[in-house]
Amino acid sequence: MRDVAVLSFAQSTAARETERNEVEILMPVVREVIAASGLERSRIEFTCSGSSDFLQGQPFAFVMALDAVGAWPPIRESHVEQDGAWALYEAWVKIQTGEVDSALVYGFGKSAAGNLGDILAMTLDPYCVTPLWPHADSIAALQARAWIESGKGSERSLAEIAARNRAAARSNPHAIVSGTETVDELLSRPYVASPLRAHDCPANGDGASAIVLAAGDLARSVSKRPAWIRGIDHRVDPAALGVRDLTRCRSAELAAQKAGVARDKIDIAEIYAPYSHEEAILREALGVPDTASVNPSGGALCAHVMMSCGLQRIGEVARRILSGEADRGVAHAAHGPALQQNLVCVLEGD
Amino acid sequence: MVEPVKSIVTPIRLEYDYTPGRATSRFLRGIAQHRILGQECPSCLKVYVPARGSCPRCAVPTEREVDVQDSGTVVTFSIVRVPSENIHFELPYACASILLDGAGIPFFHVLQGLAPEEVRMGMRVKARWVPTEKLGPTIASIECFVPSGEPDAALETYGEHT
Repeated sequence: MRDVAVLSFAQSTAARETERNEVEILMPVVREVIAASGLERSRIEFTCSGSSDFLQGQPFAFVMALDAVGAWPPIRESHVEQDGAWALYEAWVKIQTGEVDSALVYGFGKSAAGNLGDILAMTLDPYCVTPLWPHADSIAALQARAWIESGKGSERSLAEIAARNRAAARSNPHAIVSGTETVDELLSRPYVASPLRAHDCPANGDGASAIVLAAGDLARSVSKRPAWIRGIDHRVDPAALGVRDLTRCRSAELAAQKAGVARDKIDIAEIYAPYSHEEAILREALGVPDTASVNPSGGALCAHVMMSCGLQRIGEVARRILSGEADRGVAHAAHGPALQQNLVCVLEGD
Repeated sequence: MVEPVKSIVTPIRLEYDYTPGRATSRFLRGIAQHRILGQECPSCLKVYVPARGSCPRCAVPTEREVDVQDSGTVVTFSIVRVPSENIHFELPYACASILLDGAGIPFFHVLQGLAPEEVRMGMRVKARWVPTEKLGPTIASIECFVPSGEPDAALETYGEHT
């Protein structure tokens, strides 16, 4: 295995981008991440992006996003119809092959153009479930209900998770919502989809994020303390909600095991949990110790940019390692209904 | 004997609020004022019409606005003989890639006012706008392009775009 590190991270989030299109949102983020990487643009040998044309409602919209990157002279480039975290996985594999030593990865999403809760119904079984148009919050509520009935937690535990994330988000300039409410205050609020209340559901927004990766010696030559990717793995559960135990997440358990989360201490965990109960399920699945700081950014509950949010989790862990604030951390990204697909990335400083 | 299910109908409808972005919005507002606005790349000086806010070659934002002429040269074209529900032109008609005077990339529009077999590369054309009271922030404010009657342009003036 080649050593691969995150050199830099940049992000942009807003509750709603009313004026800028995707290229205009992305361009400053790409410029910032390249400038912070210490690599010249021309030294970056591979570009990989994650986005979904369903968010924009335009076929091949991801191709237009290349305007933000500068694709001339022709560049080596790829795209995944997935969160940018999976684009990072592809770039990591590309570096492993030895074909390239560096990569730019980005993810972007502008879900305000459509109705995200409805669009996500397109990820369900097209014959028997999508035609019912279940809203994403309702699918999550089924899982939350199953989790509560299994005895693993209560509505109070959901409010505790939300309160902690909202408080943490106060120091994150990229958070869309934050708050200082007590657990009792949150519990007095109405349901969105029982047992979930508004603060148990994601603060959806528009934005982009980007990361620059580099292999061993190149990373060392430009960075004093790169954030090394010590393990990365992704696994998939069946899409059908009725054939798996919704109260645990086996694909995340397996990915965490393969990525080697438990091999050493964990200072920080950034978990892609757009719904409160998902944080509890994933914390257990990933084996995050109680001593770890979980979602110091406020997580996906406080800023959820579809197709970028998972890459942002990796970026949030990486930037704390780059700055020396943390030594070892785990980042997680998810996709699909009720945590169907999970990616786990373990990062470490020297 | 149970009748097998051979097909099902599952209606799908998603609605979007399209945002053209800052640069294209300025272009569309210009069109409503009888102007064609391009944006110049600060690095390679190419003028993009309609502007999308960046130079895809240099990956830098384009900010300087440049007025582009509503006359230009046919770079390439295609004759449309197939009807489509949102097309109100009489068939057959020509779709043309037109390099507007002052622009660095060609622009796509419909060519009218001549028989399809007369359309050729290098032909000089000019915009026919809708009446002033009907101008709006849409490309349809330019009804079509028609021959200007000038002599054909030399290949060197548009060849790089073919």
